[in-house]
Amino acid sequence: MTSDLFTYTLRLADDAAILGQRLGEWCGHAPTLEEDIGLANVALDHIGQARNLYSYAGEVEGAGRDEDQLCFLRKEREFGNCLLVEQPNGDFAQTIARQLFFSAFMLPFWRKLTGSRDETLAAIAAKAEKEAAYHLRHSGEWTIRLGDGTAESRARMQDAIDLLWPYTGELFEVDGVVERLVADGIAVDPETIRDEWHATLRRVCDEATLTLPPVGWMQSGGRSGRHSESFGHLLSEMQYMQRAYPGMRW
Amino acid sequence: MATDQRIAAIDTAAARMRAWEIAAEVPDPEVPVLTIGDLGVLRDVRLMEDGTVEVDITPTYTGCPAMSVFTMDIETALLKAGFPSVRIKTVLSPAWTTDWLSDEAREKLRAYGIAPPAGKASRRALFGDDEVACPRCGSLATEKVSEFGSTACKALWRCTACAEPFDYFKCH
Repeated sequence: MTSDLFTYTLRLADDAAILGQRLGEWCGHAPTLEEDIGLANVALDHIGQARNLYSYAGEVEGAGRDEDQLCFLRKEREFGNCLLVEQPNGDFAQTIARQLFFSAFMLPFWRKLTGSRDETLAAIAAKAEKEAAYHLRHSGEWTIRLGDGTAESRARMQDAIDLLWPYTGELFEVDGVVERLVADGIAVDPETIRDEWHATLRRVCDEATLTLPPVGWMQSGGRSGRHSESFGHLLSEMQYMQRAYPGMRW
Repeated sequence: MATDQRIAAIDTAAARMRAWEIAAEVPDPEVPVLTIGDLGVLRDVRLMEDGTVEVDITPTYTGCPAMSVFTMDIETALLKAGFPSVRIKTVLSPAWTTDWLSDEAREKLRAYGIAPPAGKASRRALFGDDEVACPRCGSLATEKVSEFGSTACKALWRCTACAEPFDYFKCH
């Protein structure tokens, strides 16, 4: 039970930390100054959520590991983030599509998690929900602007949606950990948010004159530690400081 | 209750009040016209038996980098005022909201050139903007430049009447 809660909290923390790290890669490279600040702000929200979740996971585990040890001293196979968040930034359209898919899921997810029987998760969710609303607006507006834009921007946005679509199935995966925690009123059953998630994407894509691919074969593996090739490279950069100077603190 | 015990209790209450006032006066490093008291970031102050002051603060945005500065500044202010030790705790619930900003705090923001949050922080529609008055000329002929501004709590706006670009303290 405690170990289920640890695993569940850690997965949420990993999702947030890895997406925050990916978005942080845009810092200094975004198409405009406003967008540079925007992406860094979104990254910061995710990193803030990750810090709260890692700290809580460490508390639940009770083995004395803190947020830094959980984020910076675990190996690739120990990370339980979904494959979607670790996908490389690609072009700007791919970054936006990744964010749109994720935020459209996380907004109703956090809203439901505020009703969790676990008070700490509920409190973290109440803050994260407000932040997710901005992330969804931001990525939704860009999807519309690019999709309903020039022939070039439209083609790229559609390519990005097609490319990342097979990574969305994992958001809805349920294993024993989730099942048991849902039964205890702690976790969110992802199936209960599928309709809202899909309706949000439909609405955005319709306005953007883009086509949402049909539900077909989906990628899987992240939750059990089987990640994409690019993930090791991401970790080597993210974990550099703790690996080079173990135990280092700010 | 013996007289000296009663005096001690009054002293403790007074010391707690003083600690609260000192902590509440710590300015926001990124919006220096507001204090953590104005913002509602300061949630509770307790005086422990050994004289340690325990301070509860709540983050505005989860990733707000100002939080570590708040922590340091509160500690410094209380130690300087003669409290022997300070412990700062972060509490997450209830989640911080701009609804806690007083009218006085909103006016301070406006005078500083930052448009205060418009309306109540209820769950928002996916698209569509707040109606934001320009902090310089008061015109409602304003437009959003970017959802994200110089800090997590602000967005970039511009006034089409007086052409002033300005920060908007987002409803949150």
